[in-house]
Amino acid sequence: MFRLTIGKTWVLLVLLTGLTFGLGEGGFFGHGAMLPVLLVLVFSGIKGALVILEYLEMRKAPGLWRWLLLGWLTLVLALVVLAYWIAS
Amino acid sequence: MPSPTPVFAPLPGLASPSQPTARVRAAPRLRGDLGVWLVILMELLTFAILFVSYAFARTQELALFNASQATLNLHTGALNTVLLISGSACVASAVQAMGRDARVACARWLLGALACGSGFVGVKLWEYAGKLAEGVDLSTNTFYMFYLLLTGFHFLHVLVGLLALAWLWWRVRRGDYGRGDLHALETGAAFWHMVDLLWIVLFPLVYVMR
Repeated sequence: MFRLTIGKTWVLLVLLTGLTFGLGEGGFFGHGAMLPVLLVLVFSGIKGALVILEYLEMRKAPGLWRWLLLGWLTLVLALVVLAYWIAS
Repeated sequence: MPSPTPVFAPLPGLASPSQPTARVRAAPRLRGDLGVWLVILMELLTFAILFVSYAFARTQELALFNASQATLNLHTGALNTVLLISGSACVASAVQAMGRDARVACARWLLGALACGSGFVGVKLWEYAGKLAEGVDLSTNTFYMFYLLLTGFHFLHVLVGLLALAWLWWRVRRGDYGRGDLHALETGAAFWHMVDLLWIVLFPLVYVMR
């Protein structure tokens, strides 16, 4: 299975944080625009999955625990998207 | 006529020494203490309720949330994200180092994580001091109530994580752990990574998305 090292995971996490910061600073939000919201939440989803699989070593954990954590992340982000869509 | 069965045929499933053997994969294993993992699940559930409550409360007072959110410092929020991410990388490296019996390297990585976590605490206290000076408290409005509740509850978890890391660093320096005894380190690491994971959702939600 495809695996990242701790250092490569850190670089990806910092890059995605930079992109999130850039979208926030660049004034892309407002007027009910959903695209930047979706982009930022996709970045958060990737970052969360990286922490779960690489740092929490859920790749090597029983499947139930892995899917419990990834399921938590997916559900929270999906409900946030729903709330922002309602408000848009 | 069928060929006779060889008398010394190898038994099924037994490879002779000259044959290549398949790589044995380690059985799936949860890193860290099961009790702490159950606590982590409860924390994740609690924060999930708070995150979703924030998002839906925002639908009722959109203008107020957007105006109040604009007063937050995105730079300190991003800096704190990098500090927590770096702390997590240090903790993961510490566990990996101890897996090689490299105790000095493990202690150094833990010190790195402590430095990152302390940096987070310093930045957050500076941010809170600014908000207090502006007269912001839990009763100011719904946004600030959620801001203080979410970041404050998370802040307490960072402090608990820092205490755990400091204790682990002291035990590693004392030579209490080794390659065959990673349980306490893996447990502390799991808690710290959870703190990081929560911030990864909290940062865009409270600081970035409008």
